[in-house]
Amino acid sequence: MATARRSNLLAVLLSLLILVAALLVVDLAASAYIQRVVMGLGISIILVVSLNLLNGFTGVFSLGQVGFMAIGAYTAAILTLPISLKSVNLPELPAWLGEVQAPFLLATLAGAILATVIAFLVGLSLMRLTGPYVAVATLGFLVIVQVILINWDRMTRGARTFSGVPPYTTLWWVWGWAVLTTYVVWRLVRSAYGRRMMAVRDNEVAAQALGVSVMRARLLAFCVSAFFAAIAGSLWAHFFTSFSPKAFYFAETFSIITMLVIGGMGSISGSIVGVVFVTLLSEILRNAERGINLGFLTIPPVYGASQIIMSVIFVLAIIFRPKGLLGGRELDLGRLLPGRNRRAEAESRAVGGDERPS
Amino acid sequence: MNTIQTLIQQTINAVSIGSLYALMAIGLAMVFGILRLINFAHGDLIMVGSYAALLSLVLGAPFWAAGLIGIAASTIVGLAMERVAYRPIRGAPEVAMLLTSFAVTIFLENIAILIFSPTPRAFPTPPILSGALEFGGLRISAVDVLAILVAAVVLVLLTFFIRRSEAGVGMRAASQDLLAARLMGININRVIVMAFAIGSALAGVVGILWSIRVGKIDPLMGFYPVLKAFVASVIGGLGSLPGAVLGGYVLGFLEILLQGLLPSSLTPYRDAFVFIILIVLLLFRPNGILGSTEKEKI
Repeated sequence: MATARRSNLLAVLLSLLILVAALLVVDLAASAYIQRVVMGLGISIILVVSLNLLNGFTGVFSLGQVGFMAIGAYTAAILTLPISLKSVNLPELPAWLGEVQAPFLLATLAGAILATVIAFLVGLSLMRLTGPYVAVATLGFLVIVQVILINWDRMTRGARTFSGVPPYTTLWWVWGWAVLTTYVVWRLVRSAYGRRMMAVRDNEVAAQALGVSVMRARLLAFCVSAFFAAIAGSLWAHFFTSFSPKAFYFAETFSIITMLVIGGMGSISGSIVGVVFVTLLSEILRNAERGINLGFLTIPPVYGASQIIMSVIFVLAIIFRPKGLLGGRELDLGRLLPGRNRRAEAESRAVGGDERPS
Repeated sequence: MNTIQTLIQQTINAVSIGSLYALMAIGLAMVFGILRLINFAHGDLIMVGSYAALLSLVLGAPFWAAGLIGIAASTIVGLAMERVAYRPIRGAPEVAMLLTSFAVTIFLENIAILIFSPTPRAFPTPPILSGALEFGGLRISAVDVLAILVAAVVLVLLTFFIRRSEAGVGMRAASQDLLAARLMGININRVIVMAFAIGSALAGVVGILWSIRVGKIDPLMGFYPVLKAFVASVIGGLGSLPGAVLGGYVLGFLEILLQGLLPSSLTPYRDAFVFIILIVLLLFRPNGILGSTEKEKI
């Protein structure tokens, strides 16, 4: 046991080290385009890993994650917008908001806390529902957020573009938060709370019979996932610096759900694999969309083709790999190191919760 | 206009928009009842039907023919989506099926954007429907009358079909228990194809009525109608046909009521209120108004 744990720790430290080294290389040597893709990767990891906590580990299928992302993005952006720009872009802002300009971290946390509070209040009712009703009701939440963003001109500029957000988001902010999100979700899943969530997912009635509060387990997952979705929203806002409510709607929802499903629900490393796979694929497709010149053959640009191909791949993934690329298991880092004992392997497999009744 | 007239006028508005929601919701409910699939791509069948109708109008077809072509196009695409996307995952978890329907939506919408470009196009109103009936100070547009009449006829026919015909009985049996129905010798594939065909044809009908009402069409036009139909079928109880119809009309009245009762500063938030009411309703009736309250069997 002890050696297994040590080898696990070693593997985690080693992979962190590799990550830092890779980020350093990207930061110092890579082109601006690559840097943007790598930042986008990190933001998606935060979104998908935190959504996985809810959808994968408690089995409550939420479509409202992007709503919390929007809350985080708008809250943080309103707080960090330079005061001089506020008087121009948001002249009707309440005085106490119009005269502050918060630092990035504080603004991000403020958005995340607001999202968590809203998740708690909304969750008190939404988390009572099950199956397809949750999906529809959380989709309703997404619509409510959208309607409010479009109509609350005083705070959000309505449907117009919200611009002038300072470009605070760096590679290090993004990946710092991504690592923290993954760590928190990983610890949570392995704690007693996580076991309760999985118990609720696997058999609600049996879990209740054992004294697990279904509501509490779901609500916790809902709030934590909302918190990190809002963090991702703030990072996203300070990355793109101008956006409109449309950015936080159905297309983005489908995009993160594609990553989640292709990676495999209920597996944290699966989420990361899913994000990387989908991001790289859609970047390649997006570049190909502009037309390919093969020398002897020129394929004309077909805009929108990448979305079409993505949706086909998604359907194929659901048909042929319904449990995702990793099949709901965790990628085992320790296995890459020598001196690994079998028991730890079995242990880590048991936590993945791959056998699910459907 | 006095109060009573306003009341009647608004009731007619509510019934007319409710009719469209009900026709949409029936399609969703039929498929959900049998397959447990929430077919989000149902909305895009509206779009397909409208574009097919517009295309045939542009090519010189008379309006009635364009309407039929639109309905036929919706039906064909609906059947194709069942065959290609939904049949291979039959019996998968509900969520997987819902996600597949999202993918189908993205697919159809992007194809439409590719072919027709994202800019909205004007949809003409046929001369017969451009007028309005006026009596006793009331003004009812011909499109509203048509929507109400079509819905009434469809509902009567559908009730007979479901109650009396052999296929209808098979459909009810399949929605009660798919496996048992199969064991009783019902051809499940035929029943499912039938459900998709009827639902898709109704979506085509709604598409044409909707397009005349709104006056323009675009590749993403199916999003709000299907969202509304969702709400309608959830209000009534997912999978229940009478529930879907009831939900459609309830939603129609709810929207008109909110429009009338909300202070003007809040009317843009109407859709938000609709969803809030839906969520509150689900708290008290987790399976909708007509859904069974039976607990899951252990």
